[in-house]
Amino acid sequence: MSTPGVPFVAAAASLMARDLRLAMRRSGDSLLPLGFFVVVTTLFPLALDPDLSLLRDIAPAALWVGALLSSLLALDLLFRDDAQDGALEQLALCGQPFAGLLLAKTAVHWLLTGLPLVLVAPLTATALGVPYSATAAILAALLLGTLALSLIGAVGAGLTLSLRRNGPLLALLVLPLAVPVLIFGARATTLAIQGESPSAPLYLLGAIAVLAASLSPWALAASVRIGLE
Amino acid sequence: MNGITAENLHLWRGEVHVLRGLSFAVNAGQCLQISGANGAGKTTLLRALCGLLPLEHGRVCWCGTDIASDPSLYHAQLAYLGHDNGLKGDLSAIENLRYGTALRRRLQSPQYTSALSTVGLAEQATVPLRRLSAGQRRRVALARLMLMDAALWILDEPASNLDAAGQALLRSLLQRHLHAGGTAVVATHQELGLEVDALRTLALQ
Repeated sequence: MSTPGVPFVAAAASLMARDLRLAMRRSGDSLLPLGFFVVVTTLFPLALDPDLSLLRDIAPAALWVGALLSSLLALDLLFRDDAQDGALEQLALCGQPFAGLLLAKTAVHWLLTGLPLVLVAPLTATALGVPYSATAAILAALLLGTLALSLIGAVGAGLTLSLRRNGPLLALLVLPLAVPVLIFGARATTLAIQGESPSAPLYLLGAIAVLAASLSPWALAASVRIGLE
Repeated sequence: MNGITAENLHLWRGEVHVLRGLSFAVNAGQCLQISGANGAGKTTLLRALCGLLPLEHGRVCWCGTDIASDPSLYHAQLAYLGHDNGLKGDLSAIENLRYGTALRRRLQSPQYTSALSTVGLAEQATVPLRRLSAGQRRRVALARLMLMDAALWILDEPASNLDAAGQALLRSLLQRHLHAGGTAVVATHQELGLEVDALRTLALQ
């Protein structure tokens, strides 16, 4: 009667279109993590002495801890709705490669929560007294960093699917794994602010992002399957 | 053989031994009705048949091959309707059908509208699903089931929230599916009202 009639790419594209459309219908949800990031990073200049060199010293920490916590906050949006209304089960049973579909979902999630954060970062960096010459490096570091954070976090979100109050456990699972991203991201930012070449930590960030992209789909599929049991 | 067979299924949920050596066979054109008290393990059995729950012992075969050997191939021929419809409240009925079936088949717009009119929701096609009643949402899920064109239907309480007309609709959909050579496994308390020679029953304790 029936064979898998749709190529995977078309199936993944329709899933991504669905998630984008759903996000448009509830645009407030996906903007919340961005608002959190902006508010947290702009609180630092208000709380500290208006001393430019002090602000520049803490700017990398403020930007990256803000990005890390904001990505953690956003993870709640990734699978929760689909798990509650049974759409995730349908996805698992549609006959398409589950790992690929979940990777597509994570990609949309990054587009909606990670990319806006990267785009708004130059503004918040300016508020922290970061020189304009460092902006390009900070953008590159955050681009790679948020990608890695979304991929790592998605696995944690899958593992904690079956728990009702999963926030604290999710943080405990994901934050230790995100430490390398924090270290190299902050290092690249510091070097860029000091006017030195940030390429070494950027390469390492890139390596982490590639590693996360190549390993996380399988871990994702396994963890979400466990969450569905 | 064409159809689904279960051989000596064992499954534990926590401390409870839910499935204890269960075996059955359902051929093409037949429907297995599973009944049993609340908590007897109907949903657990259906989810295990789908491959969502790993079995501790025993195996499930579809058309003679173990479903664990090629899950994607099996899932491509399976349509599962659980307690939750798997529909999005923020999308309209027709968008739900489009995105719900796009993972498996490419269909044309008239097919969505005709499926919706079959389930009696032609006028609500563009209304966001959250504004429809629970019974109407179940009807949208039935429309998706119809469009999936799957050889095996696994339905968990498909008649829940449906009115008398909705139950008659479900019966006619099931009958059409079985006549076309499909197989169905249905957990339900209600009488399905199918022809006797197409119906197998299984009571869980």
